[in-house]
Amino acid sequence: MSGLLEVAGLRAAYGATRVLHGMDFQLAERSITALLGANGAGKTTTLRAICGMVRTEGEVRFAAKRIDGRRTEDIARLGIAHVPDGRGTFLHLTTEENLRLGAYVRKDRAAFARDLERMYGYFPRLKERRRQQAGTLSGGEQQMLAVSRALMLAPKLMLLDEPSFGLAPLVVRELFAILRAINAESGVAMLLVEQNAAMALELADHAYVIETGRVVRAGSAADIKCDDAVRRAYLGY
Amino acid sequence: MEAVMFQLLAGLATGSIYASLALALVMIYQATHLVNFAQGEMAMFATYLAWSLINAGMGYWPAFCLTVLGAFVLGVLIERIVIRPVENAPVLAVVVVFIGLLVILNSVAGWIFSYTIKSFPSPFPPALGLRYMSPHQVGALLVTLLVLALLYVFFRFTPLGLAMRAAAENPVSSRLVGIRVGWMLALGWGLAAAVGAVAGMMVAPIVYLDPNMMSGILLYAFAAALLGGIDSPGGAVLGGLVVGVLENLLGAFVIGNELKLVVALVLIVGVLLVRPSGFFGSVQVSRV
Amino acid sequence: MNRKMVTVTILLVVMACILPFVLTNYRTFQATLVLVYAIALLGLNILTGYNGQISLGHGAFYAIGAYAAAILMDQGGVPYWATIPIAGAVCLVAGFLFGLPALRLEGLYLALATFALAVSMPPILKAHFIEKWTGGVQGIVIIKPDPPAWLAAAGVKLNADQWLYFFVLAIALVLFIMGWNLVSGRIGRALVAIRDHHTAAEAMGINTALYKSLAFGVSAMYTGIAGALGAIAVQFVAPDSFSVFLSITFLVGIVVGGLASLSGALYGALFIQFVPNIADELSKAAPWAVFGVFLIGFVYLMPTGAAGAVRALTRGRREGKLSHAKEALP
Repeated sequence: MSGLLEVAGLRAAYGATRVLHGMDFQLAERSITALLGANGAGKTTTLRAICGMVRTEGEVRFAAKRIDGRRTEDIARLGIAHVPDGRGTFLHLTTEENLRLGAYVRKDRAAFARDLERMYGYFPRLKERRRQQAGTLSGGEQQMLAVSRALMLAPKLMLLDEPSFGLAPLVVRELFAILRAINAESGVAMLLVEQNAAMALELADHAYVIETGRVVRAGSAADIKCDDAVRRAYLGY
Repeated sequence: MEAVMFQLLAGLATGSIYASLALALVMIYQATHLVNFAQGEMAMFATYLAWSLINAGMGYWPAFCLTVLGAFVLGVLIERIVIRPVENAPVLAVVVVFIGLLVILNSVAGWIFSYTIKSFPSPFPPALGLRYMSPHQVGALLVTLLVLALLYVFFRFTPLGLAMRAAAENPVSSRLVGIRVGWMLALGWGLAAAVGAVAGMMVAPIVYLDPNMMSGILLYAFAAALLGGIDSPGGAVLGGLVVGVLENLLGAFVIGNELKLVVALVLIVGVLLVRPSGFFGSVQVSRV
Repeated sequence: MNRKMVTVTILLVVMACILPFVLTNYRTFQATLVLVYAIALLGLNILTGYNGQISLGHGAFYAIGAYAAAILMDQGGVPYWATIPIAGAVCLVAGFLFGLPALRLEGLYLALATFALAVSMPPILKAHFIEKWTGGVQGIVIIKPDPPAWLAAAGVKLNADQWLYFFVLAIALVLFIMGWNLVSGRIGRALVAIRDHHTAAEAMGINTALYKSLAFGVSAMYTGIAGALGAIAVQFVAPDSFSVFLSITFLVGIVVGGLASLSGALYGALFIQFVPNIADELSKAAPWAVFGVFLIGFVYLMPTGAAGAVRALTRGRREGKLSHAKEALP
């Protein structure tokens, strides 16, 4: 199966500590995929590996082209937007400057202006705070800003690292609903890393479960939700 | 009273030159968390380039512009070739490389242009002079303010300026939006070198051109940058003006001209001990 | 010290003792300066190499020691040999006092502060209000000491240059042995621990403030003694000899010679004494261009300096990759 993203035999290490021991998975275009697992399983590292932020071995293909070994900024320019662990907000710049930076590589100014308005449409609170320093935004607002910034890239694939982290459940619901809407409207594929397995499985079409740097379960979200072992380990019942 | 006015305004004029050099230092510090010990020598070298062009018959302002451009290119090259390999090296290695750069620039200038002191022209017409300020002092102040204004506009209102600010603040996130952080650093160095060149050309008519002309001025620029906050561009400018005025007033009325440099030393050590983040800088918290 | 090191050291000392009898007076003078610089570099190395505090201003301590000796001899009538311990004591105190505020300065900022000190030194030395002691811009001229009477009485005939050489050699040996004891013992390990992981060292109960200030003091003492000896050898002190470029010369010495290394001080001293002599033939600017290129080159290519290279060659592959400059090695 050739999908938007194909990962084969991906290994990654931080210095001498090996974290990924051979990951294999694929994502189809326009799909939402969840990557589940406990703390330390290698979820964040997987996203970082895709973006070239850590040294890797193995193959990563995006739209059939190899991207492993390439630099992060080049991978971003190919259309992969990463909402990182900790959000990566430019705290000293304004909200709107953060969004502008998201679209840094795009040449089409009209499209940029349209997308900016679209983001403000999804997240009105960002529009209210457009000239405020991003560091003064609340946790939830910064998460919305991070997602918007990623979307300003007009990506084909969006990687989200624990978007629910530190957010109240109601805010998470709101955010995930918007992600669903964005996926439906613009067809952006999403790879979602989450500890909050229940919410992630509601949003996603497919899911993979990782343990110590390897994929141990794969399937549609519905199947994974019903999987006994997964239920006991990650869903708490 | 008149004497005080003279010194005050002269202080503002030299202070604006310190402000430019301090700004160059802050620009590099913001992007790399490194203090460029070779900033003064880079400025001196550029000034010699201008001198050669003028000596070869070129008009002042064309030579000025060409020098600023040349300094920009030199800054970019130095960052890519000399600094990039040691960007993440331990502090001592980086300091040693900067000192090496200082020494090489100083000696190459001496070798190419000899150590005899040369005079450098001031392009400002006598009409520019005011009651308490010479034409050159007024001109230097105006040029510096113009450069600062241009930089402000560039960083605040252009996409490239925004990208450079982003790269300086958060290189990881910058990469994620596709910014080539390495080139942003090189550009930063280029701009800093260009600003330094302007400072050099403004100060050369006053202190005369010789390979060692910038070491004292660099010290004042360090003091200015620290006083204002090593990561605050606005602070650097304000710091420069304060240091210039302080230096002149103290030198003229309190400690005499020969010990003026000690003012810089006292300011540097004082600021570092009492308030390392300066007036407008952010407090550094070190992670354990 | 293992047997091989002791043998090599003894051989070196023996060779050193023979030198003044086979060299011309001028060469003996140069050899004396090499020893003087070696002492100065050892001082800087204790602070920067072993303890990781970057000083771009050690020329200032050298100047203080030099002027102390000169003023004592010129105006105090103090015999030359007595000026050495006094210069050492003055610099020990000065260094310790500088070390106290330096505690609050890390890496780059300490380099900045010491750089400022070095640049300000010549103007301070030229200042009018201390001119009657320092001799102002012209400085002070010192008379070369003669060999002591008891030597002639014992039948040993030395000229002034040779005597000075042995005087400096003896002091150098004492200081190097003291230095060896310092860096290879508990104190040395503490200094290195503070350099490599400050917070962990504190957590282990090392009084980092005390050690760091003491390191500054001892380091300044060594360099100050070197300054005093240098002044006597050169017979002259003047403000412009102690510019920031002197401090940079010392930096070149320890980088090229090898950080955190005793033998490195000697290699570095040889380098900074003789390279300018040779490079001067090319042009006035050449020595500094060479220094600059070596500084950058060594950082890229030979970060452990000449001493590290020698160590690597003599240790060979048997012992594998040791922790390069992490231990206090000779």
